[in-house]
Amino acid sequence: MNQPLMVTAAQKAGPTVTTLVGGLVLLVLLALPLLSLLPADSPFQVSAYTLTLVGKILCYAIVALALDLVWGYAGRLSLGHGLFFALGGYAMGMYLMRQASGDELPAFMTFLSWTELPWYWVGTQHFWWAMCLVVLAPGLLALVFGFFAFRSRIKGVYFSIMTQALTFAGMLLFFRNETGFGGNNGFTNFRSILGFGITEPGTRAALFFATVLLLVVSLFLGWKLARSKFGRVLTALRDAENRLMFCGYDPRGFKLFVWVLSAVLCGLAGALYVPQVGIINPGEMSPTNSIEAAVWVALGGRGTLIGPLLGAGVVNGMKSWFTVAFPEYWLFFLGALFIIVTLYLPKGVIGLLKKKADQ
Amino acid sequence: MLEPILDPNKDAGSSRDAISFGQRVEPGLNTRHGTILTLEDISVSFDGFKALNNLNLYIGVGELRCIIGPNGAGKTTMMDVITGKTRPSEGQAWFGETLDLRQMSEVQIAQAGIGRKFQKPTVFEALSVFENLELAQKTDKSVWASLRATLSGEQKDRIGEVLHTIRLSGSAHRPAGLLSHGQKQFLEIGMLLVQDPQLLLLDEPVAGMTDAETEFTAELFKSLAGKHSLMVVEHDMGFVGSIADHVTVLHQGSVLAEGSLEQVQADERVIEVYLGR
Repeated sequence: MNQPLMVTAAQKAGPTVTTLVGGLVLLVLLALPLLSLLPADSPFQVSAYTLTLVGKILCYAIVALALDLVWGYAGRLSLGHGLFFALGGYAMGMYLMRQASGDELPAFMTFLSWTELPWYWVGTQHFWWAMCLVVLAPGLLALVFGFFAFRSRIKGVYFSIMTQALTFAGMLLFFRNETGFGGNNGFTNFRSILGFGITEPGTRAALFFATVLLLVVSLFLGWKLARSKFGRVLTALRDAENRLMFCGYDPRGFKLFVWVLSAVLCGLAGALYVPQVGIINPGEMSPTNSIEAAVWVALGGRGTLIGPLLGAGVVNGMKSWFTVAFPEYWLFFLGALFIIVTLYLPKGVIGLLKKKADQ
Repeated sequence: MLEPILDPNKDAGSSRDAISFGQRVEPGLNTRHGTILTLEDISVSFDGFKALNNLNLYIGVGELRCIIGPNGAGKTTMMDVITGKTRPSEGQAWFGETLDLRQMSEVQIAQAGIGRKFQKPTVFEALSVFENLELAQKTDKSVWASLRATLSGEQKDRIGEVLHTIRLSGSAHRPAGLLSHGQKQFLEIGMLLVQDPQLLLLDEPVAGMTDAETEFTAELFKSLAGKHSLMVVEHDMGFVGSIADHVTVLHQGSVLAEGSLEQVQADERVIEVYLGR
């Protein structure tokens, strides 16, 4: 009300600038797959490598957004979101493996001299059932884990450690050949999806579009949620859970809802990641992946919707450059980044930009 | 979502009302006998240490009761028992005539109509003053309702009214974290007001307030008594004297004396406890 004029001006300018930049980015993202369809000798042609790389980063951005819903808004740091991502990916991979093997068993099962499909593979030749699994597998796991964790009022570092243990356990389970998911090789050599060749430019472009769409929908969902009373209850829960309970709210339901939603978004992102990248293996469940996701969110700025997207983009962009230029220093750099962000940028890049805008 | 929202009438007639002689069971809180809170023979022990020891306390409807007592007398533990945070090992705790507080969760107790202000002012610092009141306001507090909730004009007016009462109208859209200590105390009291509980538990509400603020709080509480029942834990004797007609002194987990402030101050045992003779 009686704020200095400059602040009000910045706040007024803020949304317009954000909308402008956001619109531009969206436009570029929508143009990329179209440009990839141009003939190879055209100067504007976007290579399959670039398209896949950007598509992959977009999937990571969705994971970052999903993680931010539970960490930034509800204040529960999960270090196991890679598990939900991988489960969605594996569900999609099952369908792709069945597409590749036709009426036969998937190749890795033949190598194990199995003669029939395990029960959980039943129906995975149908795309719709695979899509159901993409949602159900991470969703149900999150529901069960969340129910017990939140009922026991586990929070803080204990919650983080438990999620970390969960994804580690998942990784060990999927490494076993007997689990029936291709052991440490995972799934690869995909051929087609819904009858279209998986490496065809048209398929790639369509998958890319789907990823952009999922990102926009997730963003919209997050925006709606953050603006609703539900979002304010989450913030209240993060800052003063006891107060909230004595106001008459049962925090468990709120936590569980956002936790499951977040897991499902990760699963969907994983399902779009696998056909674009062409492989899924238990390495995706390794705890370091989940920690990396936390770095994206922290770098971008948690508790905001744009921050995690920015963080995922920046870190992964740097990663793909670093791993080509100085492959052996990437992990040192990532570690240094995390320390710098924790020490000097507690609100991430977004916090820095906001501060600049306010000055 | 995970457990049924408490329906105060669900068990009507099955508890102590079973022996009511043809009386109609009123919906909502039953305060037929004029007591809103009944604590009988409550004991709480932590690893053998008895924080509460056969405590008996009755709060009347519309009463403003002050609880005083030296440190470690069990004041906060008693509030924990009433709000469901701590379970008594023995004794009975009733809200009204029919609600057994020992069987209810913290959330159910809050929904049934007991509001609590913490010793250290606790507000949602990242949210604005207005949003703090919005969350506290009495309404359906389930997950689904919160996803679709919008404020009605009536609810906005009520929040505006309370903002005026707690003198924070000018700061409605400031983050609560930027308020002064005293303002936070008032905001928390305001949150209790919009929650509209029948019984308010206030743990050291004037700690850290200026003299003017304390005086204002005293007036506010006196205006609340009658419509609500209040239980105030306070060390500030001046404040207690200005609001309470009835004072309870706790000592070592049980009631030492009860009466007007002059009466208890004249009580030999009370003097002994406070002065350590």
